[in-house]
Amino acid sequence: MKNQSITNNIDWISIIIYVLLVILGWLNIYSSSLSSMEDTYEKQLIFIVLTIPLIFIVLSVDGKFYEKYASIIFGISLLTLAGLFLFGKTIAGQRCWYAIGSFTIQPSEFAKAATALALAKYLSDTQINLKETNRQIQALAIILLPVILILPQPDPGSALIYSIFIIVLYREGLPSWYVWTGFITILLFVLTLILEPQYVILIGLATLILVHFKSRLADRNIILSSMLFVVISGFVLSVNYVFENVFKQHHRDRFNILLGKTVDLKGIGYNTNQSEIAIGSGGWLGKGFLEGTQTKGGFVPEQHTDYIFTTVGEEWGFAGSLVVIALFAGLFLRIIYLAERQKTKFSRVYGYCVAGILFTHFFVNIAMVVGIFPTIGVPLPFFSYGGSGLWGFTILLFIFIKMDANKVNEW
Amino acid sequence: MRKVLLPSLIILATSLLVIRIFYLQIIDDTLKLKSDNNAIKIKYEYPERGYIYDRKGKLLVANQASYDIMVIPRELKNTDTLEFCQLLNITKEDFIKKIEKAKVYSPRLPSVFLPQLNKSEFAAFQEKIRKYQGFYFQKRSLRDYEVAFGANIFGFITQVNEKLVAKNPYYNSGDLIGRQGVEESYEDLLRGIKGVKYIQKDKYNREIGSYKDGKYDTIAVQGEDINLTLDAELQKYGEELMINKRGGIVAIEPKTGEILALVTAPSYDPGILVGRQRSKNYTQLYRDSIAKPLYDRGLLAEYPPGSPFKILTGLVALQEGVVDEQSTFMCRGGFSYGRGRFQKCHCKIFGNVKLHNGVYRSCNAYFSNAYLRTIGKYAKPAYAVDAWSNHVKSFGLGQFMGYDLPTGKKGNVPDSKTYKKVYPNGGWRGTTIISNAIGQGEVLMTPIQLANMMATVANEGYYYTPHIIKKIEGHKIDKKFTTKHVTTIDKKYFKPIISGLFDVYNMGTASALRVEGIDICGKTGTAENFARIDGKRIKLEDHSIFVAFAPKDNPKIAIAILVENGGYGAAIAGPIASLMIEKYLRQKITRVDLEKRILATSLQSRYAKLGGLSEAVKLQIRISDSLLKKKTIIPTVKVKTDTTKSNKQAI
Repeated sequence: MKNQSITNNIDWISIIIYVLLVILGWLNIYSSSLSSMEDTYEKQLIFIVLTIPLIFIVLSVDGKFYEKYASIIFGISLLTLAGLFLFGKTIAGQRCWYAIGSFTIQPSEFAKAATALALAKYLSDTQINLKETNRQIQALAIILLPVILILPQPDPGSALIYSIFIIVLYREGLPSWYVWTGFITILLFVLTLILEPQYVILIGLATLILVHFKSRLADRNIILSSMLFVVISGFVLSVNYVFENVFKQHHRDRFNILLGKTVDLKGIGYNTNQSEIAIGSGGWLGKGFLEGTQTKGGFVPEQHTDYIFTTVGEEWGFAGSLVVIALFAGLFLRIIYLAERQKTKFSRVYGYCVAGILFTHFFVNIAMVVGIFPTIGVPLPFFSYGGSGLWGFTILLFIFIKMDANKVNEW
Repeated sequence: MRKVLLPSLIILATSLLVIRIFYLQIIDDTLKLKSDNNAIKIKYEYPERGYIYDRKGKLLVANQASYDIMVIPRELKNTDTLEFCQLLNITKEDFIKKIEKAKVYSPRLPSVFLPQLNKSEFAAFQEKIRKYQGFYFQKRSLRDYEVAFGANIFGFITQVNEKLVAKNPYYNSGDLIGRQGVEESYEDLLRGIKGVKYIQKDKYNREIGSYKDGKYDTIAVQGEDINLTLDAELQKYGEELMINKRGGIVAIEPKTGEILALVTAPSYDPGILVGRQRSKNYTQLYRDSIAKPLYDRGLLAEYPPGSPFKILTGLVALQEGVVDEQSTFMCRGGFSYGRGRFQKCHCKIFGNVKLHNGVYRSCNAYFSNAYLRTIGKYAKPAYAVDAWSNHVKSFGLGQFMGYDLPTGKKGNVPDSKTYKKVYPNGGWRGTTIISNAIGQGEVLMTPIQLANMMATVANEGYYYTPHIIKKIEGHKIDKKFTTKHVTTIDKKYFKPIISGLFDVYNMGTASALRVEGIDICGKTGTAENFARIDGKRIKLEDHSIFVAFAPKDNPKIAIAILVENGGYGAAIAGPIASLMIEKYLRQKITRVDLEKRILATSLQSRYAKLGGLSEAVKLQIRISDSLLKKKTIIPTVKVKTDTTKSNKQAI
């Protein structure tokens, strides 16, 4: 068994989807780079070629390695994040890169994989029961440590990704009220921004009364219901304060545009508006490869990075967009399917994390590009230009593929 | 259940994205329209800018046709550069530079290659434009100035800058926009609204008709004509009188707040900022940091007002009850205060001074005493200063006046806060700030504020915000210009002041400037000024200031004049004021000698001390000379509005 090929038992479906996504990504970067003088597509090609040895290394390492050294990997990752405060290079106001010559590397892209490993390692202990408050705090601490280091860089996009770990914890037994609280908080926040606070409070009251009287007589607890109402009202009333005083102007602008409160075609809404135009002009079948006029005209800013999906929409149309989205969705579902198949809790949790991280990136990115989410800088996995991102996602995915291939050996 | 959450989330979110993309790409076709792609070409139809008339209906600013040569760099094909350059009278280097610039902007979007060719310049090129692929022309209308004055009031038209294009969705790169003057403040009305036509093209770039039967097209809306409150003759006369001088004149109709004349000198012929020479001329005007022909002195020049401010000192003292008409002070050629400090006075009264002769002899001692009493009225000087400050501010001073021209200065009226900053430990009192009494302290005023002060005095206690707009067809003028502002001074206190101002002409500082048959009330003023030349602070010739209104009963005009380095008030500002008043009230000048003397007065040698005559000043002098000689003297016959209308349509 020792000298078996590294390709033994690996999941070819995931790999084929991965390869397709990388190739499609590069083609779109190529197209979008024609409008600018930069040679982004050549650089991306180098990044892609360099993933091949990277994949070999990841697949060659013994499957047990990741579980054994998860804590150490996590520790190193935290150190690299902390080191940014001392040695980081500031690009466009964000201090999230290390510069080695003309080459820059973004540690937060690798921290996600490390956090996933650490979380998997922690949960794989059979003693762990997420019903216990202590355990909950410890698990949340693992997630929040990198977030605390990433937020002040400032990189809210990367930090946002970590929220998906809650879903992973839920899968492993976290009480459901965590998820519900999170969900309702977001819902109330958005509702309050759209409607007036008093309406939201009314809606909350109505819902509570309904729940209260619909539930069984024994469960009726007037004190709990009233307390909930007070908490909800307090939250709703503080939303405007937070929005006006804690958020920065550009955050407010992004929310307002999204909620249709301010129509400002050429101001702050410029990015979103241009990307919507580019995608909208694609129609059923798109304008054809390299024929996108919005792409060529260079109307969409940051098109090769966060807005790469606009090229897909414009040049490949609805059909192309559907294919890309289907590939992504297929990959996520495949990973979850594989994760559920795992024999060890460690690799199952890790697989779940991989699916969650990739999915969050995918959703936040495309939702932003099509204008249903505020402008938050998050790359589209395998598509967006950038070496750190591509390698980070590749390592993340292939560690799981290696674990999955290994499961046969773990009997 | 726990296993299902993430997969369901994925499926739900993915469906949401697909629905949204379906909506964007398939259902919402306005986005397709906005996509400025090859299949749809957008053509703009630029409406003609509104005309500008004066208060009597005389046409001041009209339009002329002009042509922009446009280029789309990507569509350029074997241009015969030599012939092309000859036709347009440009050099080959120019040609290459302009093409490069256009490429940088966008290879596939049109940009302006050569702007604002007039008819004759364009004629030769027009026949051959078809030969040059990638070039085409766009017809524009440019301003055609019927008069050679009023540049500061009109402002000018220029290409909109990229910053504004990014901010304001109405403007596209290369569009024209009004800058400064009424062209800027009434831009939205004057420009009209441009029409948009969407034209469908086929794969071979041929136009095949309008997109979706013109569903999204809009028709251009003509710009509105406007009438200014300006009196063209008075304006022209004012500019002529100010030739070879620097300064400003502001004339206001007291009863309405209408600006009759707004002169700044040096100025320029508005016509030089039209056409191909525009940018060359503009640069020259702009670079002249010494004479500053683009700086509207009537609105922007902040100076200590000097003696005219005594009017307010007197009014406030009366209102506060610290003096009355009979109160007397001694003047012994000055006023001593504090420990042996002495303020000189040139009133030559040497004896008892009352309000009346205090005003017409401009006695420093009288007003300093009155001011001391005002500030000493309350135990705390801070309280008294604030009371005084509020009275003064009720004349529209120390704040933006809110007139409808885009530039302005607040001036300054100090209050107790000002002095708390200067003297944080307190200890200041009336004598500390005594200079305010005679307008030499912290108080700063612009000529338009001076004129408005005179209008308020003429009205015995109220004013309307000065404004330049008289009439816009189909629109009402802004309400704030028909809202009365009443001062905090009672009407009865104006009478004695006005009678003093009247005697300024009869037996006071301006007695030499009387106009037979017109009762003028006025006040001379002098503002000291200094300049730093070769690192040394040198006292320059005083600025000459004069304020007046006339006739005494039923005032028709209030005026303020500032002539930089013109000497004492009656030396040059005073004569200009009386000539302007005579011109406005009588339409002719009886004192031809005085007029000749003022026209011939040149202060250029004084200004030369400030740094010599720059090229632009020389240009300015030339322009001013040509202004005098220019044949287009304003016809006294009223131009019929109807004929000008039909002219407009013919253009």
